[in-house]
Amino acid sequence: MVAGGPRLAWLEAIRQHYPIALHGVSLSLAADTEPDPVHLRKLADLIERIEPVLISEHLAWSAWRGVYHPDLLPFPRTNAALLRIADNISRTQDALGQRIAIENPTHYLHLEAHEWSETDFLRELTQRTGCGLLLDVNNVFISARNLQFNAADYLEQIPADAVMEIHLAGHSEDSELGASLLIDSHDAPIAEDVWTLYGHLIDRIGARPTLIERDDHLPEFDVLLSERNRAQHQLMQQQVTA
Amino acid sequence: MKTSLAQFQDNFVDALWHSNAEPMPLTALSSHFLPRDGSPPLEPSALDKLRAQPGFKIYRNTVIKSCIDALMANYPSVLRLVGTAWFHAAAAVHARNAPPIDVSMQVYGQHFPDFLKHYEGARELPYLADVARLDRSWTESHAAPDEALISASDLTHLSPIELGDTVLRPHPGARWIWFPDQPAYSIWRSNRESAEPDGELAWCAEGALLTRPHGSVIWQSAGLGLCTFLYACARGCTLAQAAEAAIQADPTQDIAQLLSELITAGALSPATPSHYS
Repeated sequence: MVAGGPRLAWLEAIRQHYPIALHGVSLSLAADTEPDPVHLRKLADLIERIEPVLISEHLAWSAWRGVYHPDLLPFPRTNAALLRIADNISRTQDALGQRIAIENPTHYLHLEAHEWSETDFLRELTQRTGCGLLLDVNNVFISARNLQFNAADYLEQIPADAVMEIHLAGHSEDSELGASLLIDSHDAPIAEDVWTLYGHLIDRIGARPTLIERDDHLPEFDVLLSERNRAQHQLMQQQVTA
Repeated sequence: MKTSLAQFQDNFVDALWHSNAEPMPLTALSSHFLPRDGSPPLEPSALDKLRAQPGFKIYRNTVIKSCIDALMANYPSVLRLVGTAWFHAAAAVHARNAPPIDVSMQVYGQHFPDFLKHYEGARELPYLADVARLDRSWTESHAAPDEALISASDLTHLSPIELGDTVLRPHPGARWIWFPDQPAYSIWRSNRESAEPDGELAWCAEGALLTRPHGSVIWQSAGLGLCTFLYACARGCTLAQAAEAAIQADPTQDIAQLLSELITAGALSPATPSHYS
């Protein structure tokens, strides 16, 4: 979100040829404060310029007391957090004049103070605010491994109607702790277990726009495209049988 | 005692930035988690358990790595001069002293040049901070608001008096710096262009002008007259006043040539209409 220059020009040029989904990482919806009005205004300006097909943000916080901590930070899912985040989502949707999709984050920590399961929390947010969900299957898989819960059960509990987009990505193992601590590194091919979860998910909820995230250790373009083709094939099969 | 969301966030941030690289033993942690609003200390056990989990380092590492990566991306000439290991060490110190306040990491590092100026590790590299200022100028130029450029025909129809009274505005994407002590622009340029310096470097004063005339940032050397002229324009001086300042700074300065140079480089925005009375 810069004021002008080549970055915006490139985005507009891409928009001439393709629809764009805007995916935010820094609105900090789970911070115990209202969303930054300047940030919302800049985002509204960008939306007016780009006319995205979908806008999404994370169920996490990152900006707090004037400092930006560039990560997606966790919080205890308490009743108070639910009220705050629902209010922040509503304020965001009002400011943007659009429904947004909320993405499930990756978890690395056991927090003791949770009063809600994440799936119930997300469902409640959709009901209170009318927001949708961006379901990141890789995040669910990693979190399930790190926090020892069942990923398939989690996905079963996600309300099908709310899912506006799906994310897939690769992950890696912690260099010291190995498979007991998985990291959402976006630097590897999508794991077979994640493909399986994805297949079951779209069997249940139907086809949804699916994005493959890859930020590092980029392979040849053909390899990236083969993952895309595999997802597309699964989506097409689903549509044929639906 | 139940922790509010705000208290949790205060304490999580403290632990992110102020804890050691390795998980601390549980007994050593409680003093880190004092609420800022004067309320009783948090129940240490919950936060201690959180900090002692191996997963906590993922957040700590990601936050600092994101800052270092952004500084590396935004200061490529500095990186090329000092190498990755040196840069990492300096960037980690800076990120802890001056974490991002803007969520746009494309513009993170506004204070990095000042930090380098005083950084003990850079004492042997007195030009490093100035090279960093030029990398910063590039970033600011790249992200500046879009605005039309002035053309020569905007000025040619003005009478000499009207021309002298015109207030020229530097384009939002224009950045200029005069370095009175060292050839920082030459050093920056050869690193930015990944080129070897042309022959032996003359250790003398020089200036730089960065502009963004056609969708990408370009740079050229600039004399003291040019830099002085643009500083005056930015302060709101009329063209006549800015020209006078430029000639005072450099008596050999040809103002017509200077204007032509600035217009060609895309350093000026159209003057505000009120000045064309």
